[in-house]
Amino acid sequence: MSSELRSDLARATAEEVARRSYGKLVAFLAARTRDVAGVEDALSEAFASALADWPKNGCPANPEGWLLTVARRKTIDALRVRQRRERAAEELRVMDDELEAAERSSPIPDQRLALMFACAHPAIDAGVRAPLILQTVLGLDAKVIGSAFLISPAAMGKRLVRAKEKIREAGIPFVVPELEELPARLDAVLDAIYAAFAEGWTDPAGTDAARRDLTEESLFLARLVTELLLDNAEALGLLALLLYAESRRLARRSNEGDFVPLAEQDTGLWDSRAIAEAESVLKSASRLRNPGRFQLEAALQSAHTHRCQSGHWNWPEVLQIYDALFELTGSPVVAINRALAVAEIDGAEVGLNILKKLGDDARLGEYQPYWAARAELLSRNNAFDEARRAYEIAIGLERDDAVRRFLQKRQSKLKTWALSGSKLLHPLA
Amino acid sequence: MQYLLMLYADESGWTKLSKGEQEQGMAAYMAYTEALKQAGVWKGSNRLQPIATATTVRNGANGKAQVLDGPFADSKEQLGGYYLIEVPDMDAALSWASRCPAVGHGVVEVRPVWSR
Repeated sequence: MSSELRSDLARATAEEVARRSYGKLVAFLAARTRDVAGVEDALSEAFASALADWPKNGCPANPEGWLLTVARRKTIDALRVRQRRERAAEELRVMDDELEAAERSSPIPDQRLALMFACAHPAIDAGVRAPLILQTVLGLDAKVIGSAFLISPAAMGKRLVRAKEKIREAGIPFVVPELEELPARLDAVLDAIYAAFAEGWTDPAGTDAARRDLTEESLFLARLVTELLLDNAEALGLLALLLYAESRRLARRSNEGDFVPLAEQDTGLWDSRAIAEAESVLKSASRLRNPGRFQLEAALQSAHTHRCQSGHWNWPEVLQIYDALFELTGSPVVAINRALAVAEIDGAEVGLNILKKLGDDARLGEYQPYWAARAELLSRNNAFDEARRAYEIAIGLERDDAVRRFLQKRQSKLKTWALSGSKLLHPLA
Repeated sequence: MQYLLMLYADESGWTKLSKGEQEQGMAAYMAYTEALKQAGVWKGSNRLQPIATATTVRNGANGKAQVLDGPFADSKEQLGGYYLIEVPDMDAALSWASRCPAVGHGVVEVRPVWSR
């Protein structure tokens, strides 16, 4: 074998191992030392050593064990420098022996779930949980994460460092919580994965590689949780929800990059395999008879999917799910969507009255979907002047260029309708 | 690891309580302290005198220490006492903190202690 080919092969193997087991190695080492940053440093050095060593001496039979050996030495050395007390030295010896034993037992135990629970611990700032999981479990760097979350890489880097310091110094454990605490703690993990997906989702055309990747990575994480935490209804619910969203990726923007609302999407562009998987995952979830927010959200997507595909008018069913969701979360965002469903059943005016009452909640004043929903129903009700003002505010609040263009187009159409004087009951139909 | 549980509450609330309620409050703290000792995690605890007795010392304009009457921070809730506990990790510390009677009428801040 030529040295060049060998080096390529070593690089390919190292990259493959990195992708497959980076998070496993971080989780396994950090669960023992609690020093996530130290473990990451040690692992990146271990991967660098692999790239230097494997082309010369060939790929090891157990690459994961090889990397763990190198990373273990570096981790323990780093801890030794920091801890000088006698007792600490004894602890380190025990830790070192334990890790050494693990290298020989292949494969190493998978503790990525415990790592995710540490990252989404209630003592960690909620805003940094998703970035932290993406970095520690998947090895994404602060630059990629920062650009996906619209935060400067330097600021994101600082927040990640601070969170890792807190995990280490405050003694946040790497464990899967006990059964009675599990639901609440798991919510935080699922929320973080959902937040990562949502950040990736804001760039549906996939023009920004970092954000497009984020949806794939979050799907990977959602799948991972369902594999590591068997028979958990909400984890399955989240996976189903993400799959439904993912199935519409190609349809949610036109060729020109314009936003296409659900009702106007070409269902032929939907990914039927993703939909089929979502349906079956959601069914497994509901068999567990432990309903929750993510399952309800997935059920909602399922209902929308069926209506658009079959043309079967199912708004009462949709409304029922919104009612259950609102009862569970009390979220004003759910209330807005519920008002839109009511409008489909009882007419725009009834929906508008609900929206106007919701408007008393100050939080909604700066919430784009509230104003877009209001504008939509006002225009259906032929209140064009008011609709124009509502669109104006919605446009001003939107950060996605494609959605902004869509709202502007809707707003400019109002003029034509108003001039023609036509009594359009449903201008969007 | 050792954690300091710092108990913050509006101390004017205490004086508004009836004698019976105050006794009940004291009993709750004594039971909590006893539970910590039984579990073998108690390292120390104290109740502080009211904020009116507080004095602060800081660096004055001329570089010399300056003594001032009053607490460090004037807030609605004041540091009224602490528990020092030794437990394996943050989850255990939070679990003890959540049982502290102070949670019923104030806030408990949990801080790990430097250990090296």
